Amino acid sequence: MATSTRPPRMRRPAQDPSRAPRRVGFSQTLSRWDVKVSPYLYISPFFLLFGLTGLFPLLYTAYVSVFDWHLLGGQGDFVGFENFAFVFNEPNFWKGLRNTFSIFALSTIPQLMVAVVLAAILDANLRAKTFWRMGVLVPYVVAPVAVALIFGKVFADQSGVANAVLALVGIDPIGWHAQPLPSHIAIATMVNFRWTGYNTLILLAAMQAVPRDLYEAAVIDGAGRVRQFFSITIPQLRPTIIFVVITSTIGGLQIFDEPRMFDQLGQGGPGRQWMTVTMYVYELAFGSQKSFGRAAAVAWVLFIIIVAIGVLNFWLTQRIASDSSATAKARKKVAR
Amino acid sequence: MSAPSLPYVRQTAGAGAARAAARRRGSGHGSERRPGWVTYLLLTLALAVFVLPIYYAFLLASSDAQTIAQNPIPGLLPEGNFLANVERVLESDIGFWKALTNSVIVATVTAASTVLFSTLAGFSFSKLRFRGRKGLLLFVIATTAVPTQLGIIPLFIVMSQLGWIGQLQAVIVPGLVTAFGVFWMTQYLESALPYELIEAARVDGASMIRTFWSVALPAARPAAVMLGLFTFVASWTNFFWPFIVLGSTNPTLPVALQLLQASYFKDMSLIMAGVVLSTIPLLVLFAVAGRQLVAGIMAGAVKG
Repeated sequence: MATSTRPPRMRRPAQDPSRAPRRVGFSQTLSRWDVKVSPYLYISPFFLLFGLTGLFPLLYTAYVSVFDWHLLGGQGDFVGFENFAFVFNEPNFWKGLRNTFSIFALSTIPQLMVAVVLAAILDANLRAKTFWRMGVLVPYVVAPVAVALIFGKVFADQSGVANAVLALVGIDPIGWHAQPLPSHIAIATMVNFRWTGYNTLILLAAMQAVPRDLYEAAVIDGAGRVRQFFSITIPQLRPTIIFVVITSTIGGLQIFDEPRMFDQLGQGGPGRQWMTVTMYVYELAFGSQKSFGRAAAVAWVLFIIIVAIGVLNFWLTQRIASDSSATAKARKKVAR
Repeated sequence: MSAPSLPYVRQTAGAGAARAAARRRGSGHGSERRPGWVTYLLLTLALAVFVLPIYYAFLLASSDAQTIAQNPIPGLLPEGNFLANVERVLESDIGFWKALTNSVIVATVTAASTVLFSTLAGFSFSKLRFRGRKGLLLFVIATTAVPTQLGIIPLFIVMSQLGWIGQLQAVIVPGLVTAFGVFWMTQYLESALPYELIEAARVDGASMIRTFWSVALPAARPAAVMLGLFTFVASWTNFFWPFIVLGSTNPTLPVALQLLQASYFKDMSLIMAGVVLSTIPLLVLFAVAGRQLVAGIMAGAVKG
């Protein structure tokens, strides 16, 4: 690692040989070393730990994925891409992938839309600002497992609040656990409950940094609130929106806690209708197969997908945001 | 931004002046008129959505299994069985006290060490000059995008080699410092710690570590509080890795909740009592320090 490279020593100009070399005190030498070494020393805990628990496991996962590897038996024969081939032929893998994307889309998209609107409301000159801000963050301190238990009860098929409320409106009860889509909606609701407020605050913070004279200019130009929101707020939030979208992607595609807790068996339902990819990784590794090799193969496929989606997200968000800011600029010109 | 950043004002003119400046700036538009009642109505609705599920858990926890099975929509007021249900959770075989102790240990240690190591690294990245600084910092930022959850299989192999399966250090060690923490403290110290202070300490003969301890660490306090709280919450609510590596013999609270559901899944009031019990410590923490957590999020994202 680059932490071992020391700056090149500064050579002093050749000294007059007739004079005795100046004696450098021990404490001075120590202090010079202190200045040189300390920075590396201070950043080393992160790099050591990341190497051990982040980078190494990731690379080692690739290594494990091409071996026959058993939870108890350890490393077996080299099998090349056999683990990948096995996984790609498993219908459960594709189900897990479909479920993951479905839950991810059902949570991230509405969540971010609500968060932006909520942040815009909180951005007003409110009384008791801190109270409202703290209020939206309350769900964040509830553990996902606890959230899953609470909403598991709300979406219970026989005696759940959701179906009881639907009955009041005259809608037939929905089998929240039976069908893929309803179960995905229920799980996405748990995710939305916990994360909407958090994302709201991040977006709100970014909103407050938007220069206020932009709004003043817009008001003078006769722009209404809605127009201001779409032509100023959204384009100005671009970097933050990218940040939020990317973090939600990384988290959303790895979702495990909520679907795992959606029933007491934790297998994603009898037909695997809400089993996610991470649950599948867990099942391959620690379930009946105990195949670390196959689990590692799935983990790597998921990693590549996450990276790809992250890049795609970045590209899309950049495009959308720059398009709207371009139109905003064009509109400004027309207005003049 | 034209207005000086608040940490800077606090540094140069004291907390009182910072508060005054904050008041003057308001949320950036102090002169704007107050919003109407529709805004407050919308916010109240949003808040209800955020708080009701937690209250619902408490309602179920104070009821009993039979009532819950018969009445999907519970009454608005809690019934009297809460303490009895709590007692049943404590007496159940999930090892609640052990789980609570474990959660306290794991969350406290990871929060403290994340703050210390992140501040050390942040001090180095923001204020010290060394070769490769920019590249290394970029590397740190890049690692925030690597989903570490996906490395669980080799991580599990490493932990079993070390003989740490079922032991708390298997959960603590990977959480000792985070890329987010390093980045966060670097950002904060960049603006909150003037070079003059460091130079003054150096001229007075303080060593690097002494300078860190007496100058950088105190300056980092507001951001450190936020980072500590954040890490504490994340660690307390973490499930996936503790579930894999600790198992049922030495659980943290979320793992214990999972056990509760797996073994008592028909007894909703018992499970909800467990949910409430495991959430109360964090709710108390949030009531005490939530203001700072919110302020921290607000301060951090502005720079982002």
